[in-house]
Amino acid sequence: MAEAALLPGRIALLGNPNCGKTALFNLLTGSRQKVANYAGVTVERKEGTLRTPAGRTVKVLDLPGAYSLNALSNDEAVTRDVITGHSREALPDLLVCVADATNLRLHLRMVLEARSLGIPLVVALNKMDRAAKLGITIDVESLAQHLGIPVVPTVSISKRGARGLEDHLDRPVPARGSSSWAAQGIEEVRRTQQEVLRIFRATVKEPAVDADPSDRIDRLMMHPFWGLLVLGIVLFVTFVSVFSIGGWLTGYVESAFAWLGGLVEGAMDEGLLRGLLVEGIIGGAGGVFVFLPQILILFLFILALEGSGYLPRAAFLLDKPMSRAGLSGRSFIPLLSSFACAIPGIMATRTITNWRDRLATIMIAPLMACSARIPVYTLIIAALFPGQPLLATLLMIGLYALGIISAMSVAWVMKRSRPTSERSTLLMELPSYQWPDTRSLVIGLWERAMIFLRRVGTIILALTIIMWALYTIPSPRTHAQGTPIERSLAGEIGHALQYVFAPIGFNEHISIALVPGMAAREVVVSSLGMVYAMEGDEDEVGGQLQERIATEWSLGTKLSLLLWIVFAPQCLSTFVTVKRETNSWKYMWIMGGYLFALAYLASLVTYQVTNFLTGS
Amino acid sequence: MSAHVIKNLPLDLLPERRWATVCDVTIPATGVDHELVLRLVELGFVPGERVRIVAEGIGGREPMAVRVGHTTFALRRHEASFIIVEPHP
Ligand SMILES: Nc1nc2c(ncn2[C@@H]2O[C@H](COP(=O)(O)OP(=O)(O)O)[C@@H](O)[C@H]2O)c(=O)[nH]1
Ligand SMILES: [Mg+2]
Repeated sequence: MAEAALLPGRIALLGNPNCGKTALFNLLTGSRQKVANYAGVTVERKEGTLRTPAGRTVKVLDLPGAYSLNALSNDEAVTRDVITGHSREALPDLLVCVADATNLRLHLRMVLEARSLGIPLVVALNKMDRAAKLGITIDVESLAQHLGIPVVPTVSISKRGARGLEDHLDRPVPARGSSSWAAQGIEEVRRTQQEVLRIFRATVKEPAVDADPSDRIDRLMMHPFWGLLVLGIVLFVTFVSVFSIGGWLTGYVESAFAWLGGLVEGAMDEGLLRGLLVEGIIGGAGGVFVFLPQILILFLFILALEGSGYLPRAAFLLDKPMSRAGLSGRSFIPLLSSFACAIPGIMATRTITNWRDRLATIMIAPLMACSARIPVYTLIIAALFPGQPLLATLLMIGLYALGIISAMSVAWVMKRSRPTSERSTLLMELPSYQWPDTRSLVIGLWERAMIFLRRVGTIILALTIIMWALYTIPSPRTHAQGTPIERSLAGEIGHALQYVFAPIGFNEHISIALVPGMAAREVVVSSLGMVYAMEGDEDEVGGQLQERIATEWSLGTKLSLLLWIVFAPQCLSTFVTVKRETNSWKYMWIMGGYLFALAYLASLVTYQVTNFLTGS
Repeated sequence: MSAHVIKNLPLDLLPERRWATVCDVTIPATGVDHELVLRLVELGFVPGERVRIVAEGIGGREPMAVRVGHTTFALRRHEASFIIVEPHP
């Protein structure tokens, strides 16, 4: 026993991708980090704290999964650096090496590699529930003996599944041995694998017939024809649910807001405060809030797909088609995430080994229609085709498709402009299928709802109030004529912006809304909702926006704004993320520049051609 | 018994759904391919393991899904070609 034994104060979770580290982290610390059934969900280090049964506080570090410390991709490098002492932080007192009990043959190698690091180690043998279900029996004591380190069984998806590990944290660990890590060569790895096999055979008993149905399911899911058909159906059902069920629910929330607006309007005396409440907050920010049901349904589908293990299969199916455009199947999951939001999508590209592939994926991720576009698309399409759900759906599909096709074309041009002989690697694990775990689903949905509400309640609300102020304060240039709104500061600025935006058909109100719209696209909706509420009749607040767009905007203007939203990178956070992930201002400006250029060009052509055809 | 000799072949030439045993991996001297093969060995493509191709992309068998142990990996043909296998009769 080492004399300098101490109680661990900082621990880190290490292991292969998808063994349940993040689920364990959430369970231990009460955090709500993303858990999903594919490799590469966690791409950065996350810290949390837990309280042991004895009442001590322990810092816990969740790390990206790594098959090996010979890192091939960026996320694996994060893990390697943290546990080999090449990052800024001190080494942890104790490493918790998480291993998947249903696949020890693969996961034991990491345990053996971790053992050579000289940091005190404990193995969390996770997914014990699933191992039992599959008829796999593991002699835990004998495993601990063979490894020479403690092994505790865990189930990170059940409430008390980490008790054994928590108890273990109250025991003293030996002081850190000194060891300098060196990358293993092939011969060394082969020797390790022999030892893995020896230990595996001595401690694990598997049923003669594999009880996991994944192989059978894959005969359909990964079939070149039926698989693609299933993928098409999955995407179609998702889409239709978001826009039909979601749209229907959104209608109810909208009526509730209209009712609320009427109530406040009736209860208060006319004045600035009532204006701010009814027009700015209820008519403006409320106009974005009503999309909550649609956004939650979109996330429900994405979360369920992520939890099932289906996504890597879809990536497999699309690898060949995507390679035509100079991408690979590895880009699929980051791009799919970008339909929710480009920022996690861009972060997820860390798992792409090949730098050129990764850069191309980052550059096109903002073209995937993120959920912030849903309010703008829905509003304008509803104004274009009121009471014609079929046409509305077709146009919506068209806008999504336009984003995807443009993205693939941009990737293709990028590939053609800088040819290389470097191969892109695929090498992707296809995990066993699982029913999405309800706990993770609920946590995920809750998180997204909170993010959305926070966004509406802070940035969108603040910007809408600023816009309301600009529309309320009169311009100092007294010679200005017209309605109070035309004479306001906002009216004046909007007028000036016409030099840029009149050729693409945007009126003053749209033009000025695009400026705060740089921080969040949805402000285009909240700002327009507010202006029309200010101008409109006193008695109704909700519903006016869509009617006024339908009657007052020309066809050209409506189409032109839709196209603008498809392309324009109206999201400062995306700029910041691109800068951080590429570590280069240049790529950030290229991304912003090419997207704005495309947006202006597409809107210009649309507006001018539509006007020519409709003869206005 | 037939005197028919089963020849070893690179994994990318193994017929779909046929079981085989890994007998060797080709080790390129350096570079990207060396890292790749190192990773394949780390993932369990070591002599004695049973493997089988469970799915293939359309036309040109690209990419392929390979079962090894309890795991399935999606590999490109190029990646699979470093693994030498002996097909089961
Ligand atoms: N049955 C079962 N599934 C688990 C357990 N722990 C994690 N999972 C599932 O395994 C998958 C990967 O989990 P995650 O925490 O994201 O793994 P990470 O990549 O190691 O962080 C998810 O689908 C989880 O729901 C467990 O103890 N039992
Ligand atoms: Mg994780």
